[in-house]
Amino acid sequence: MIIAHLAQIIFAAMLGTGVFLFARRVAFVGRNINMGRDIDLSDRKAERWKTMALVALGQSKMVARPVAGILHIFVYVGFVIINIEMLEIVLDGLLGTHRIFASLGSVYNVLIAIFEILAFAVLVACVIFLIRRNILALARFKSPEMGGWPSMDANIILVAEIILMFAFLSMNATDAIAQSLSLDHYVKAGSFPISQFLVPLYSGLSEAGIVIAERGFWWLHIAGVISFLVYVPYSKHFHILLAFPNTYYSNLNESGALDNMASVKKEVDLMMDPTADPYATPPPPENDAVPEAPLSFGVKDGNDLNWKQIMESYSCTECGRCTSVCPANMTGKLLSPRKIMMDCRDRVDEIGHNRDANGGAFKDDGKKLLGNYISEEELWACTSCQACVDACPINISPMGIILDMRRSLIMEDSKSPETITNMFNNIENNGAPWAFPAASRGDWIKDA
Amino acid sequence: MNTFKVPTMAEMIAEGKSPEVLFWVGCAGSFDDRAKRITKAIAQILHHASVSFAVLGAEESCTGDPAKRAGNEFLFQMQAATNIAVLNGYGIKKIVTGCPHCFNIMKNEYPELGGEYDVMHHSQFIATLISEGKLTLADDHPFKGKRITFHDPCYLGRGNGEYEAPRSVIAALDAELVEMRRCKSKGLCCGAGGAQMFKEAEKGNKEINEQRTEDVLETSAAVVATGCPFCNTMMTDGVKGAEKSDTVNVQDIAEMIASAVSIVPE
Repeated sequence: MIIAHLAQIIFAAMLGTGVFLFARRVAFVGRNINMGRDIDLSDRKAERWKTMALVALGQSKMVARPVAGILHIFVYVGFVIINIEMLEIVLDGLLGTHRIFASLGSVYNVLIAIFEILAFAVLVACVIFLIRRNILALARFKSPEMGGWPSMDANIILVAEIILMFAFLSMNATDAIAQSLSLDHYVKAGSFPISQFLVPLYSGLSEAGIVIAERGFWWLHIAGVISFLVYVPYSKHFHILLAFPNTYYSNLNESGALDNMASVKKEVDLMMDPTADPYATPPPPENDAVPEAPLSFGVKDGNDLNWKQIMESYSCTECGRCTSVCPANMTGKLLSPRKIMMDCRDRVDEIGHNRDANGGAFKDDGKKLLGNYISEEELWACTSCQACVDACPINISPMGIILDMRRSLIMEDSKSPETITNMFNNIENNGAPWAFPAASRGDWIKDA
Repeated sequence: MNTFKVPTMAEMIAEGKSPEVLFWVGCAGSFDDRAKRITKAIAQILHHASVSFAVLGAEESCTGDPAKRAGNEFLFQMQAATNIAVLNGYGIKKIVTGCPHCFNIMKNEYPELGGEYDVMHHSQFIATLISEGKLTLADDHPFKGKRITFHDPCYLGRGNGEYEAPRSVIAALDAELVEMRRCKSKGLCCGAGGAQMFKEAEKGNKEINEQRTEDVLETSAAVVATGCPFCNTMMTDGVKGAEKSDTVNVQDIAEMIASAVSIVPE
């Protein structure tokens, strides 16, 4: 009795700690997303829900690559459905019961059978994923930015999922043995289409051994699930949650359309307005509005990104589909759209920790996203072809960030390759990117 | 040989007329010798189909696309403001252009700056003319039965979702359309976009147009059809670099249609 309560107390403490650590990290990421510049994405709600349903829930872009796409759907559906079983496990853990939903009878049997089949599918998919990453060594998993932690992160996730599924199935197998031996507390319930094949592994155990094994797997499984919960928001695996808001806030415009900077429009309007007085003092702010701090043009550091771009960086699961279709990357240039996303996330994370360590105010660390993480060479290699945008299974736009960073290079620092500077000069002087006189623009007509 | 006068907007207005469409030529189409042939082909098609059209001539200026994609939003918006003032001054409603970059920027980025027009890429306009029966193709034109592959321009295809119009134009030529491994939304860039046309490529192990030319050669097509003057340059250079100029012909779909209605003075 005391032991049973002790187990419940340990369980509750474990669950509480896990949820607390998860929530703390999620709050940190939330604050980081909010440090981004504002962008209004509150329009077209119906279209947004539809996009999320199709792209995140329906995985519509995943199947562009059928093998990875279908295996991913196994893991995804398995993850979602098996989590229903978590409800029973949590209730059992807190209340000290065993298979609390067993009274559902045949419905319960069907559910357990479905969970088992899905668990097996997840297990197989994860093994194949491990093989693709480590033995077949697919090119997109071996880019330079994938060295060290990113590859380790991916393998930890896959191995963790394999262990969890194995523990879940072994828990059922030992439970089935316990049921067949009519041991105390083991109500006859469940149907075990997969774990029946694991029974021979454990059938040699004594009655006490069976109980220890069953409890052991039960605890291994739940402890693993709680640890995984804490791990997810620190990892690329955070996409399992962020994919949903990230696709909801998808760019719904044509992918060829680039935003017009409102701050620049203000300046241009002023220049084009013959009645404007460039030396006039700006009108006093309406009501008590605090005058806006002057924004810099484009993106130079993590907090110059807009909140959606920061959300994208935390949503990226480093699959590398963007990089594998990038014309610059496939011809050996330094640019990798995936690296752009990873750099943004790492820099924003660093700024977030810096802020937390300095009472909420960022203390200059002498670093910038542009320069310390992302080089000019990478930015200038982009052809703005939008292949990365098209390839992303959750509608991330690395290209948007690249072009925003070019804006900072040009409009803040006037840094561009000489040929680009010449192109600007030509457009300014003669209205064409080449040095042809504007008056000769119609010359082709003469011999039409 | 068909000769005709391409009127400018200024001339049209002086005569008290206003054309149905403005043909926006673009910088490449105005100044690049290869692209000028595409420009002439479009003008000839418009003339042949009795479309009332005009060009801006010296009043046209860069849309600002290469400046914007290179990060110079200020220069872009100055160009946009200038062009919009001219276009609105003439009361332009409908624009046809032979350049997907001009097409994209005027369709998607000008409206917010005060320039709202019905903008069409020439492949869309030509497809419409064909479907309306305004263009009749000769029985024995040079592209009949030819193996043709279409290279999707990024700013027509991925950028604006238009994959069918250029293909329907090729279909009208009664040719054998063969797709590259990477086509439509998965099409590979020619390497010119995002202001790359105006700079040296970064260090790598090959040029993007060489990569794309390999895609072309895989299809053993006799013709690479393009819909963008920059793609045309890149693919022409790529084919030349692969020493396949004898067997692979790079043609804009406008040039193909112009020669199919036998109106090219060559």
